[in-house]
Amino acid sequence: MKSKIILFLVTFLVWCFLSWVPDFQHIIIGIVISAFVVFMMGDLFIGTPQLINQPQRYWYFIVDYVPVFLWECFKANLDVAYRVLHPRLPIKPGIVKAKTKLKTDAGLTFLANSITLTPGTMSVDIDKDNGCLYVHWINVKDADVKGATETIVRRFERILERIFE
Amino acid sequence: MIDVIGLIFITVGLIFDFFGCLGLIRLPDVYNRLQASTKCVTLGTCGILFGTFLIIGFTAAGIKALLCIIFLILTAPVAAHAIARGAHRSGVNLCKDSIIDKYAQDKEGESVNETT
Repeated sequence: MKSKIILFLVTFLVWCFLSWVPDFQHIIIGIVISAFVVFMMGDLFIGTPQLINQPQRYWYFIVDYVPVFLWECFKANLDVAYRVLHPRLPIKPGIVKAKTKLKTDAGLTFLANSITLTPGTMSVDIDKDNGCLYVHWINVKDADVKGATETIVRRFERILERIFE
Repeated sequence: MIDVIGLIFITVGLIFDFFGCLGLIRLPDVYNRLQASTKCVTLGTCGILFGTFLIIGFTAAGIKALLCIIFLILTAPVAAHAIARGAHRSGVNLCKDSIIDKYAQDKEGESVNETT
């Protein structure tokens, strides 16, 4: 029930932004459509509603995760620009395997997205039962599981553990 | 002043978009191309949208530009992930410079079971 209310608020907020500036008619239609979407989709999206009223998690998300993510994203772009502009294409690609300790769906999704947008790595598949990630790495420095885990996963895992677990 | 900052954001975004397209042409196989296009096009397009938001402010189009940034950052990596996984499962090999493919090693047993 709680996750349905939160989903309703989120969809209604997105609707308000989409139909900016909101007036009376837009808001009525938005309430009807949000209620319908929540009625159909129900509990699909928010798996752990007990974490939502813990304000320190939002604080960690804004202070720890977002600046690190933006900085890594910018570095990734400079990295790609360097590799593309270099006349001999300095790439050494391969798919490596990394372990993760995260369990929840939201945590794994954010971890995979962060890996894709950080320098030189892109997540290809997740094996949720064994806690493995298969990561395509454009410049393989360390082919065994332990080294790849240290280099790719650890930095974001430490932050995401405090937010989603 | 705010217009100039917006134009700088749009220019940087266009440059990164250009690098993404260049990577799409120059790099050898699907996975490397996906890397270049996903990273550069995500940040480049977000830069263009953010510059647009700075120039036109909190109007109907500006708010939509901000929403588009959030949806792009959330969905572009998922799309790349889906394309890479689909390509690997349908048998697209890595380019011949590749040094390791742990995914194929781990999936070998499974694909044999699927075909029999």
